[in-house]
Order: sequence, then structure tokens, then C-alpha cells
Amino acid sequence: MTEENGAKRVRITDSTLRDGSHAMAHRFTEEQVRGVVHALDSAGVEVIEVAHGDGLGGSSFNYGFSLEDEIKLIAAAVDEATAARIAVLLLPGVGTVEDLRRAHDAGASVARIATHCTEADVSLQHFAAARELGMETVGFLMLSHRIGPRELARQARIMVDGGAQCVYVVDSAGAMVLADAQARVRALVEEIGHEAQVGFHGHQNLSLGVANSVLAAQNGARQIDGALCALGAGAGNAPTEVVAATFERLGITTGVDVQGVLAAAEDVVQPFLPRLPFADRSAITQGYAGVYSSFLLHAERAAERYGVPAHEILQRVGEAGYVGGQEDMIIDVALRLVEEREHGVSGGAGSPPGSAGRR
Amino acid sequence: MLSAAIVGSGNIGTDLLVKLLRSETIEVHSMVGVDPESDGLARARRLGVEASAGGVDWLLARDDLPDIVFEATSAKAHLANAPRYREAGIQAVDLTPAAVGPFVCPPVNLANLAGTPNLNMITCGGQATIPIVAAVSAVVPVPYAEIVASIASRSAGPGTRANIDEFTQTTARAIEQVGGAARGKAIIILNPVEPPMIMRDTVFCAIPPDADTEAIAASVTRMAARVAEYVPGYTLRAEPQFDDAREDWGGNARVAVFLEVKGNGDYLPPWAGNLDIMTAAAARVGEELARHAAEEKVKQ
Repeated sequence: MTEENGAKRVRITDSTLRDGSHAMAHRFTEEQVRGVVHALDSAGVEVIEVAHGDGLGGSSFNYGFSLEDEIKLIAAAVDEATAARIAVLLLPGVGTVEDLRRAHDAGASVARIATHCTEADVSLQHFAAARELGMETVGFLMLSHRIGPRELARQARIMVDGGAQCVYVVDSAGAMVLADAQARVRALVEEIGHEAQVGFHGHQNLSLGVANSVLAAQNGARQIDGALCALGAGAGNAPTEVVAATFERLGITTGVDVQGVLAAAEDVVQPFLPRLPFADRSAITQGYAGVYSSFLLHAERAAERYGVPAHEILQRVGEAGYVGGQEDMIIDVALRLVEEREHGVSGGAGSPPGSAGRR
Repeated sequence: MLSAAIVGSGNIGTDLLVKLLRSETIEVHSMVGVDPESDGLARARRLGVEASAGGVDWLLARDDLPDIVFEATSAKAHLANAPRYREAGIQAVDLTPAAVGPFVCPPVNLANLAGTPNLNMITCGGQATIPIVAAVSAVVPVPYAEIVASIASRSAGPGTRANIDEFTQTTARAIEQVGGAARGKAIIILNPVEPPMIMRDTVFCAIPPDADTEAIAASVTRMAARVAEYVPGYTLRAEPQFDDAREDWGGNARVAVFLEVKGNGDYLPPWAGNLDIMTAAAARVGEELARHAAEEKVKQ
């Protein structure tokens, strides 16, 4: 029973200021960043992630431009934190070692390197650089539901051999249903557990982010991600405040003051939210069809622009097997749907022929 | 007629071999590798081309040197080989990201570069997208251009994977220097879906709010046809998409161009359009050099 309750200590990493950036359309202000960091730091959260939602260098047409330069926001977070360490995310192919250096110069001390779950070997130069800079390293295997536990463990091994000190099972689509998370965390613990930690990053598209996090912790995960008010892509992340409260009830030590994160969520984050993350039809479709959660707002925008339903776009994106970073394909899919409607392939009530795709 | 050696007997070198053997102005001198077991060298021999696993040393010890060499090894190897080619008077067409010589993108700037001793083929994503950036910047100023290249995981070799930053940085530089954008950004995504996805590229250009969208669309369409002359599977997936100016785009409007690059299936399967567009563009450069050499001969 002690094993079940994860007698070991679990570290919570809060990603409100990184994954939450998606839900904020990457429009965080320095004031908001300072407020959130101050509240999390006071509540004893040890690691706070700050970056564009798609990681360092993510500010772009494809993913959305940041309101504030992320390096400036990272520096502000470092300045505001007294005990917490500031983490950054980097997706090789989007950000570069150069971006990582700039973040390190601004005071970031944890490098989280993210690849699609089958492509771990593109992260090696970034892990090497992060270690050389003296940063703590974390590997992030995105859309981990797409491959089986053993295959995922092999990819985690590549990251550990490349210098990762922890590897996360990342449920980017919020698609894992309980045993899916459990089996993957177990497989990673078995493969890398004696030399590196295992982490879990959950989303709420099927409302299982917290439950999956509990199972992850009970099966040996030592790092768990959350976001205040669930602020994050899709239906949001496992809420930091719920994870902290639930873990405390289960006797899993996190070092986080539950009242502190409850206050941070309600008093600091909730007032600036454009909308509360919610499992609506599109978000559930993402979990159900295994679609990258950050595609949600992009699909909604394309839906509005081209007059086709967002959930249909997301369904199609899932069928095509697009991976994190391929936001441009959402427009492409929307254009295909318009074309099909114009040619009467799938009904055709909607936009007037010829107008939608061309403007 | 120019004689050309191919250095590097991997996927790229072997695909290039198949293309060059079809050329009427390039004669394949030899194919050079370092692995005696390589499929590329065996294939070259079967096709009647002299092949050696003795590397560049073997090539440069020959009495009959080629006029040009196509380097299909790695950036590191090319950095070492480039001065030796130059000393031997051999013009180099570099398919690695070494960027020793100026960037070349055939439909954009090849005409000005024929006499240059070392030409760099940028990157696969660069060859696919820079023509489009250039087509837009021929009509309006482009303060910022961004490209997203999605390729099949199986088409990304160990070199690309170990140095993915080289792709993003080299491509971004070439978007500026060759494409004509004031600032460039490149993103590359590897997708493992089976059956493998055909290479896709998206080009976003910031354009002035009052830009002549019809002129831009026409310029893009013309350019796509020019690339399709040497990469028949290069197509626009949709008409260029224009979005109105937005504040978060610095007050600029935007054009988005969606491309598909289907390979010719010469050595690599058609989904590996990223590799095909490199070899097709390099072959195009070789033919242009041959045409230029023939013209010079007539002048003399």
C-alpha cells in the first residue's frame, strides 16, 4: 500500500505560463507572468515553465505571434521567483540551441526538450547543449498515446542516453484512458528508472488529466505537470491546484501548499482568463481522435474563416496522423472540406460556392 | 557536355545518379563512396558507371578529373573536401548544409552564379519554398517570410536528425538572401505516419495591407510552374490564401501558399519529395553549368 500511495516525493512543474500560452493565444503580459510566478513561488511550486506555447522560437505565423518577447518574460519570471526554478520548453525543428542559450542567459535553469514520441533522436544536440550550459534536462515525448509502452520506453532510452535526466510521458491529445497512462509510465520506469526520473503531463480532453496523473505517480512518476485553472491547450491541462489537493489526500508529498495554489488559481489566473478551459465538442473530439491539443484554437479560427465545423477539421486532422507543429495543415484540411462541400461530396449546406476558399 | 562525379553513395547520391544519367548535357564521370558494401555503388556499377569506395582520395588521384563534383556526403565532409576540389580546379555543387559557397535556387538566382567555384543547394525545405518567397517579393516588399516543411520520418536520415538546427538556420538565412524577405524563419516537422506522408510545405509571407493580391497570386502560380519543370510533382494544393492586415502581424496582411512535393520515384519512393527536390535542383544546376560552359566555348 505504501507503493500505491507513492511513498516517494513527487515534484510538480507548473506550465500555466507555457501550455497556458495556447489558451491565451500567446498574449501573456509581463504583469501576468510576474503575478503567476509570485503566487506559485509563494505556494512552494518548485519549477515554473515559461515560454511560447510551442516552445522557444514558437512566435510565428504558424503558431501565433507572442505579444511580449518570451526572453523578456523568462527574465521577469526569474526576477520574480525566490525559490522556484524557471523551465523552458524547446521543440527541435521550431527552436534552436541559440534560443536555448538566450533563455539560459535570461536565467532559465531547466531545459525541457520535446519531440514527437517516435522522433527522440532529433533532440540529441539540444540535450548536449543544455547539459553543457549546466541546465537540468527533461525530455518530453509528445502524443505518447500514439505508440505502445515498450516502443515509447525505447524512445525514452534515446533521450536518457543523450543526456535527459527525466523523460515525460506526454498525453498531448488528452487521449489516454487510465491504463494507457499507467502502462506507459511503468514501461519508462522499468527502462530508465534506475538512472533517470519519469514524468507525466496530462490533458483534460476526456477529463482524465488528474486521474492519469495519480496513476502515473502511483506507478513511479516523480515529476507531474499541471496548470492553474487548467489553463492550457484543448480542454486544458491537469489543474495544478486539483493535482496538489488530490495528491495531498492520497498522501503523496509534493511540497506544494494547497491553499496557496488554490488562491493562485482563483485570485491570480482566473481574473485574466479569456475563457475557462472546457471539454466542448471540439476538445472532446481531440481526446477521442487523438489530436494534438494546441490545434484547438487554430481549428476554431479556420472554422470561422472557411465556414466548416471545427470538430470536423479536428477529426480529419486525427485521421491524417498530423503531429505537433503541423498547425498549417489545419488550414489545408479546412480548404479540402470547403472543396468537398463545393463539389457536393459531403452535403454542402454552408458557404456559398467559390467564396470561402479564395478570400 | 560536362563530366561530373558524385561523391557520396547514400540515398541522395544514388537518386542524383539516376537523374544525371538521363541528362543530355552531363556525363557521369564516376560515383565515389567510402562503404564498399553500399547499395549506391553497386547500383552505379550495374548502370555502367565507374564506382569506387576509395573516397575523394581516389577521385583526385585520377588523371582524368571531372569538370564538376556533386557533394552528397555531410557538411563536415564537404568542409574538408571543398578546398581540395578548388585546388584541383573542379567546380563543386554542394548538397550538404555546409554552405561554403553562395546559396543557389535554380529558378531564382542560378543565372548569376554559373562561374562560382562552389555552389550550395541550401536545404530541401529551402528548395521547395524559396521560389515562392521570391515570387512574392518580386511583386511587393516582404518584411517577414516563414516556411513550414513537413517530411516523412523515414526520409530524414541520421545527418538531418543529428543537426536539425542546421536545417532551420540555413533555410532561414536563404529565405532572406535568396528569397528576398527582410527576415526569414524556418520550421521543420518530422511525421512518422504510415504510409509515409508526401512532403508538404507551407509558405507564409507578410505583405503590405494594400498589396495587389491578384499580381501576387499570378507570380506564385508562374513560379510553381517553373519549379515543376524540374520537379514534376511540385504542386500548389490550393490557390494562395490572402488574409487581411492584423495588429498582431505588425499591421501586415498575409499570403499563405500550400505546396505538395511528390518525388519522381527514381531511387527514393515518391513520398520522399524532400530528397527528390534536392537532387532535381542539383541536376538542374549541373545542366545550367553545362549550358553556360557551352556558351563560353562558342565565345572563344
